[in-house]
Amino acid sequence: MKRILTVTGLYALLGIGVVLTLSPLAWMVSASFMPTGEATAVPPRLLPSRFTLDHYRDLVTRMNLVRHALSSTLLASATTAISLLLNSMAGYAFAKLRFPGRERLFGALLAALVIPAQVSMLPLFLMLKQLGLVNTYWGVIIPGMASVFGIFLVRQFALSIPESLLDAARIDGAGEFRIYWSLVLPFCRPVLVTLAVFTFLGTWNDFLWPLIVLADDDLYTLPVALANLLGEHVQDTELMMAGSVLTMLPVLGLFVALQRYYIAGIMGGALKE
Amino acid sequence: MTAAAERSSAPFRVSPGIAFVAPALCAIVTFFFLPVAGAVLLSFTDFDIYAVASWRNLRFIAFGNYSRLLRDPLFWIALENTLYFVAVGAPLSMGVSLGAALLVNARLVRFKGVFRTLFFLPVVTTLVAVAVVWRYVYHPRFGLLNQGLGLLGVGPIDWLGDPRWAMPSIILMAAWKNFGFNMIVFIAALQSVPESLYEAARLDGASFPQQFRHVTLPLLAPTFLFVSVITLIGYFQLFAEPYVMTQGGPANRTLSIVLLMYEQGFRWWNMGYAAAVAFVLFVIILCLTLVQTRLR
Repeated sequence: MKRILTVTGLYALLGIGVVLTLSPLAWMVSASFMPTGEATAVPPRLLPSRFTLDHYRDLVTRMNLVRHALSSTLLASATTAISLLLNSMAGYAFAKLRFPGRERLFGALLAALVIPAQVSMLPLFLMLKQLGLVNTYWGVIIPGMASVFGIFLVRQFALSIPESLLDAARIDGAGEFRIYWSLVLPFCRPVLVTLAVFTFLGTWNDFLWPLIVLADDDLYTLPVALANLLGEHVQDTELMMAGSVLTMLPVLGLFVALQRYYIAGIMGGALKE
Repeated sequence: MTAAAERSSAPFRVSPGIAFVAPALCAIVTFFFLPVAGAVLLSFTDFDIYAVASWRNLRFIAFGNYSRLLRDPLFWIALENTLYFVAVGAPLSMGVSLGAALLVNARLVRFKGVFRTLFFLPVVTTLVAVAVVWRYVYHPRFGLLNQGLGLLGVGPIDWLGDPRWAMPSIILMAAWKNFGFNMIVFIAALQSVPESLYEAARLDGASFPQQFRHVTLPLLAPTFLFVSVITLIGYFQLFAEPYVMTQGGPANRTLSIVLLMYEQGFRWWNMGYAAAVAFVLFVIILCLTLVQTRLR
């Protein structure tokens, strides 16, 4: 009897938690399908009286949202690809290749984790301005090309590559790059997927840096475009909700598909500390 | 890299380790370390909109920006707001995380993975998009929150418009957005507690609260330390929520340090002054990290 009460209590609490967690998101989805004005009706409506795609159509045809979606996709993909290559090379080298000053260098990189990115942003902006990269996609990608966190994550994983495997390849006459490309990368696949998901989601969701670097409406990423849209269309609740849905749908989908890797990354990172 | 690999047979040899580290290292040094060093210099200059036009208008003013900072009421407001956000928001978020972790991880609960995923969803959402959504949730007349509270007989609150409620509103939204992350960390820690300890405690007649107090909490202590430092550091960087939801208002009550830096640096182009603001943030985060390494 007591057990049944406990179980009921637990599920009741979990149920309340789930409702509180999901209701803002559920309302967002529901409101995005409502005819104009219905989301701000009194008394409130939880579901649309009539299901409409007008706001999505508006966003695509009049607000150029496809362009911003492409911007976001391009930037997140490019940053992920470049940083994956650079971080995995460095992470592998810090784990398995001996060179003078290796430990000290790695220690210095880890120490840099203390410095918040915001400190670098003002001079970085001026630097990119000198290079003519402000208001370009490269300007957004550049600070994300390599990361200490990514190097750290790959290194921890690469430490478990058996030395014998690498030695055997060297005896067979494989070059170092060849070893990295056809032995190390496949071996590190799980951690690379984790890092890819982290980077893609992080870049997609990033706001401050693209807001600083991009000045042209045309180049805006989805979050920047959405914040900009809010300025003009703050009264169009349903339109803004449709915009929010489109902004977060791709990352939510990616997360649900690859959540095993994402959560493994957090657990791994946390336990190693 | 292929070039470096080929070179290994040439008379001039670069150690492959260095060749592999070089690209990432160059990127980090050029686009992070160098700008950070630049920020130190920048904070000692009066870099403003005239200097953006031509660097010849730049003057070295030593600690001028820092002394101006100390006299700037806006800076103190931003610092106070940020401390409020951190001091109330971080414990709240961590408390919710721990509660959710205990629930999801409870022995009697099934479908743990489903609950874990659902609670985690807000973490991966786009901050700007959820800030937009919450702006409407907080709407004094039409918002979901006031409509729900109305059913309970609580009068309408102007969440984002009332100076007293604006920061609590942002705190609540941030807790909703973030708690799933630390929940995962807590779940990982809870799962590493050996079940035999709980069995022993139960044999000794320990109730659930006693088990929690004497078995779970002590074993979670290292995780707590890690989680608090990570959370505090993240919370000090508050920016997008006030930018989207309140623009720092009403009456500057949600102006944060990073928002102040952004406004000064990229809206008014007072980059020297903004660099000094950024350094205050750095010093705070450095101190927190030092405290953590001391405690460990």
